[in-house]
Amino acid sequence: MGLIEAMRKGSGSDSKIVYDYDSSGEQPWVTTSLDFLVNWGRANSLWPMPFGTACCAIEFMASAASHYDLARFGMERMSFSPRQSDVLICAGRVPFKLAPVLRRIYQQMHQPKWVISMGACASSGGMFDSYAVVQGIDTIIPVDVYVPGCPPRPEGLIYGIMMLQKKIREERMERGELREELAPDPSSQLYIPPSRIDELSEPFGNSVHQTRSAP
Amino acid sequence: MAATKTIEVALSTTGLTADGKPMRVPLGAEGLMSAPPGIEPELQGEHMLINIGPQHPATHGVLRLVLELDGETVVRCIPHVGYLHCGFEKIGEYRQYNQIIPWTDREDYLNSMGNNCAYVLGAERLFGIEITERCKVLRVIAMELSRIISHLVWLGTTCIDIGAFTPFLWSFQERENVYKLLEGWTGARLTTSGTRVGGMIADVPDGWVEGLRGFLDRFPKTLDQVDRMLTKNAIWVGRTVGLGVMSPEEALNYGLSGPMLRASGVAYDVRKDFPYLDYETYDFDVPVGTNGDVYDRFLVRQEELRQSVRILEQALKRLPDGPVNVDDPRIILPPKHKATSEMESMIHHFKLVMEGPRPPIGETYVPIESPKGEKGYYFVSDGTAKPVRWRIRPPSYVNLSAIPKMVEGHLLSDVIAINASIDIVMGEIDR
Amino acid sequence: MSEHLTQDHAAPAFAIVYPGQPGDAPATPKQVPHKGGAVNPSVAALRAKFGPVIGRHDVVWNETTVFVQRDKVAEVCAWLQSDPAQSYEYLSDVTAVEYRDAVRPIEVVWHLRSIKFRRFLRLKTELPKAGKTPLEVPSVWGVWKGADWLERECYDMFGIKFTGHPDLRRILMWEQYKEGFPLRKDFPMRGRFSRSEQLKNALSANPEARYSMEELSIADAFEDLPHDMRKRIGGGERTGE
Repeated sequence: MGLIEAMRKGSGSDSKIVYDYDSSGEQPWVTTSLDFLVNWGRANSLWPMPFGTACCAIEFMASAASHYDLARFGMERMSFSPRQSDVLICAGRVPFKLAPVLRRIYQQMHQPKWVISMGACASSGGMFDSYAVVQGIDTIIPVDVYVPGCPPRPEGLIYGIMMLQKKIREERMERGELREELAPDPSSQLYIPPSRIDELSEPFGNSVHQTRSAP
Repeated sequence: MAATKTIEVALSTTGLTADGKPMRVPLGAEGLMSAPPGIEPELQGEHMLINIGPQHPATHGVLRLVLELDGETVVRCIPHVGYLHCGFEKIGEYRQYNQIIPWTDREDYLNSMGNNCAYVLGAERLFGIEITERCKVLRVIAMELSRIISHLVWLGTTCIDIGAFTPFLWSFQERENVYKLLEGWTGARLTTSGTRVGGMIADVPDGWVEGLRGFLDRFPKTLDQVDRMLTKNAIWVGRTVGLGVMSPEEALNYGLSGPMLRASGVAYDVRKDFPYLDYETYDFDVPVGTNGDVYDRFLVRQEELRQSVRILEQALKRLPDGPVNVDDPRIILPPKHKATSEMESMIHHFKLVMEGPRPPIGETYVPIESPKGEKGYYFVSDGTAKPVRWRIRPPSYVNLSAIPKMVEGHLLSDVIAINASIDIVMGEIDR
Repeated sequence: MSEHLTQDHAAPAFAIVYPGQPGDAPATPKQVPHKGGAVNPSVAALRAKFGPVIGRHDVVWNETTVFVQRDKVAEVCAWLQSDPAQSYEYLSDVTAVEYRDAVRPIEVVWHLRSIKFRRFLRLKTELPKAGKTPLEVPSVWGVWKGADWLERECYDMFGIKFTGHPDLRRILMWEQYKEGFPLRKDFPMRGRFSRSEQLKNALSANPEARYSMEELSIADAFEDLPHDMRKRIGGGERTGE
């Protein structure tokens, strides 16, 4: 959540963000009932747009095949066209050469849309701390669910999908800012400020020592 | 000695001529090309540019093809790769020899165990290590298992591209069985990192061999099912025969390897011609095609699956007892229980992990027969613990470079079948 | 059930060929010596044919490396491929090596394979880093078509020009990648620019203008483009590729 918040702050958006739905207050009966109905429909018929690039795409295919069977979640209809899809599943590493493509695909999707970042590489760059790889797709597009793993098991992906369904069920139509499109800063094309991107993609842990060549 | 078998292919469905060739309706290719110039001159010579990819379900990843079309006929194809370039070779220069192994999983991720074995074969040549007999047989098992799962992905995705969904489900069901075996052995389904320089990550667990035997009993039945469903299926034959033909000379000149080269009639298999891991002592055949088209590539890969089963059965029969890792403290870590209880072993462990084993100065290129073709790792060492250069010879990169030649003059829909027949893995192509 | 489903499985209709003769079956190399194995007989033939063009040779781990004069590589390769006694019909790899040494020259490496005689030969040529010699070698594309993408990759990663290559463009990185040649030793692993700058450069590429000029010209589509796009691409801007 913190990252989306940072993105919104960085983009200069004035909209107030309320992350926790205040359940103690009085809620209008009609909208809550309608919310329930709409969210029930949305959560159980997510059409995925598989943006599979690397190893995670194979595990995604395994999830979609007969053993794990994504069709149980209303996801049997793989939508390879971004226009007819609800959730972008970014499975695999995203190099800089692919970054504008991913951004364009996200922009082509219609609201409401969600993003699952599958695997370590899509979420953080993973083990590819090199000159060519985007250090986390959340520097390009907003992400709803991160699924860790290299690659995640199909159970992991399914858990991520169930988390997304849970998130969808808690959406309220009166919070219009949820479906607000963020426009990237035209001078930099970035959603979040450059200093924040540099900070996010600093090497961490063991990676710091492994940028040295031979001893 | 060439033992030639000729089998009469009796095709049951219509749409095929008596000699088994599909009856093709000259829709685009012949029709448009030979149209007299007087008729509708404004339609002549107007070419269209079609872009496929980088995000497209039939490009098996993030390949991008720009096609110049005359009607529906491909006049020229310009492929663009690099959308998955992650800098493997650069990263390898910053890692010790054992630390590179996880990257080899992720480069041709359909054949991760095979890559692990190929990588350490090269590294062991560089270090001058002879591995143990049990390790050799275990590696043969690992490599043939990954050949099976790689060909199964090829089969499933190609069938989807051509319009058959069921073989995809069958092949992924069989992959799950292999995944279970690999997971029991290495702890991971896909990214196994199953080898170490001088041995394996672990010996196979108890009951594993029986599990593999059970798989080998069941798997040929699935192959028979696929065979019955596809080999003489009129739709399948009609969509694959005569497409993307490469003559043997062209195939060699374009540097094709693996099933692509063998489908063209060149019996070059690294396992037979430049053997490693005692492959010359296993009894298996190298299937070779005659026409070099998409259908022959399918037949070759299908037969390779059967031959892999044969090799696995022989390997299980001969699997000797004994240690898996070489007895060389300069390379192999001490056992974990010793490293946590004895001072000397702990220091030994620390030195090996922090400094890394150092090979002598030299260079080596060790090729193996990966499911895609000749895959080689080229190492250059300057005596330090990290390689100066770690080069991957990517078979599907070279195979893909022939696609402009193969799709020329075919219909747009055939481009998908031809592209699928190359069995590309973008992780390996772009590295 | 239709008829073909009930048929027995029959072996496919292609020849099964056992490569090689039983007498000279190749075997897995055992106890490979570090230095001083058998020299590939092609080296002597090369020396007899080309004389001073062929430099030193050495045998490491049973693989023979021959150094060839820089500008004669294509001739040597053409002879190796076409001569029936050599018959190196297969090009495995083209790559380059740069050492962690400021003076040691960059080496371009060709891995050749003779399937007929089951031989493996490594050709090398040296390109000094400093000095007047340009980073240029002749292309072997005329000998093996398979060299096409391998040479393009070598150019992309090291900046080595292959003269005579028909289409020497960057292949893995995009065309106006500004940071340099990634596999050179002076190139840092995380690239020269900061992450935000790299991302900014990547995202400023317009995915709609990713066709190259030659692609647009073969399609005769340039005139039909919108005015702004025509101006942008015609002005030499080439995003993406």
